[in-house]
Amino acid sequence: MAERVRVKDWRPRGFHLRTPWYLRGKTGVIERRLGEFGNPEQLAYGLPAEKKPLLRVRFTMREIWGDAAERPDDTLDAEIYAHWLEPVADAETTDAP
Amino acid sequence: MPHDHHDHDHGHGHGHAHHSHEGMSPSGHPYRADQDAPLTDAQALEIAVRELLVEKGIVTEAQIAEAIARMDARSPAMGAKVVARAWTDPAYKARLLADGSAAARELGADIDALKLVVVENDAATHNVIVCTLCSCYPRTLLGLPPDWYKQRAYRSRVVIEPRRVLSEFGLDLPDEVAVRVHDSTADMRYLVLPARPQGTEGWSEERLAALVDRDSMIGVAVPRLPAGDEAAAAG
Repeated sequence: MAERVRVKDWRPRGFHLRTPWYLRGKTGVIERRLGEFGNPEQLAYGLPAEKKPLLRVRFTMREIWGDAAERPDDTLDAEIYAHWLEPVADAETTDAP
Repeated sequence: MPHDHHDHDHGHGHGHAHHSHEGMSPSGHPYRADQDAPLTDAQALEIAVRELLVEKGIVTEAQIAEAIARMDARSPAMGAKVVARAWTDPAYKARLLADGSAAARELGADIDALKLVVVENDAATHNVIVCTLCSCYPRTLLGLPPDWYKQRAYRSRVVIEPRRVLSEFGLDLPDEVAVRVHDSTADMRYLVLPARPQGTEGWSEERLAALVDRDSMIGVAVPRLPAGDEAAAAG
């Protein structure tokens, strides 16, 4: 069974973030693991960057847009850094592809 | 919205027989205001850094011009070559889907540090690429992105209503085909491997590559046979 994760609903301001607002707080499944990359939140400011795992996460349009989804079962994949993800227990009823 | 040529909305031959040509150039194009606005902060920063690099002898102006020329010379032809090889060589296709960058380099593509993920269209799935945060694009493989790819309309709408946007590009997907949008949010860049058109059995790689254009590798179009070939394939 695909591993489910939720994008953290952090709202820091004034940083270079690669986590789009429209995915914050949304739950998806890990599509693949891409390895470790320098954290853009540090790289963007010329700071020494920690290596952070990067994952591709797949979301349903239903999960992202709710009732407004154009086609609920269509999907969207995005790359999200691991420190922006939290595990989702199987018991939680969320919508995942 | 899928048109690249924003400068030519009022160009020739659009049937404006009664259109006033006041304010138009002798060739019928509107005059555009000179770009006399002050530099933005980012433009001033770019110029300052570039001049400092040259002044300190780190790069020369010729090297900068050469780097720009190298980028301008890139075109979707390299991507089309990769797609055509994947269509004709199943082992290559498997390597391409497993490690896009390594497979592109195998064909001699000079892709620098590009980290490529290749996503495959088939009878059940259509993929389309966007970068909602900026304009990430596999430039070293496809060349510079089209203007619409960088604009807010495409970037915001294709994640909300991809089918409607694709339809505006002239691509109406059957209901049974699932749409997968890929948002290039971080370090990967994406290439769509389109489905090989029917009626191309036995075609050479060169002939196949000619069917593959930029838009079909972004996923806002699919390769189609030229009208004559289509009739031949159907008959």
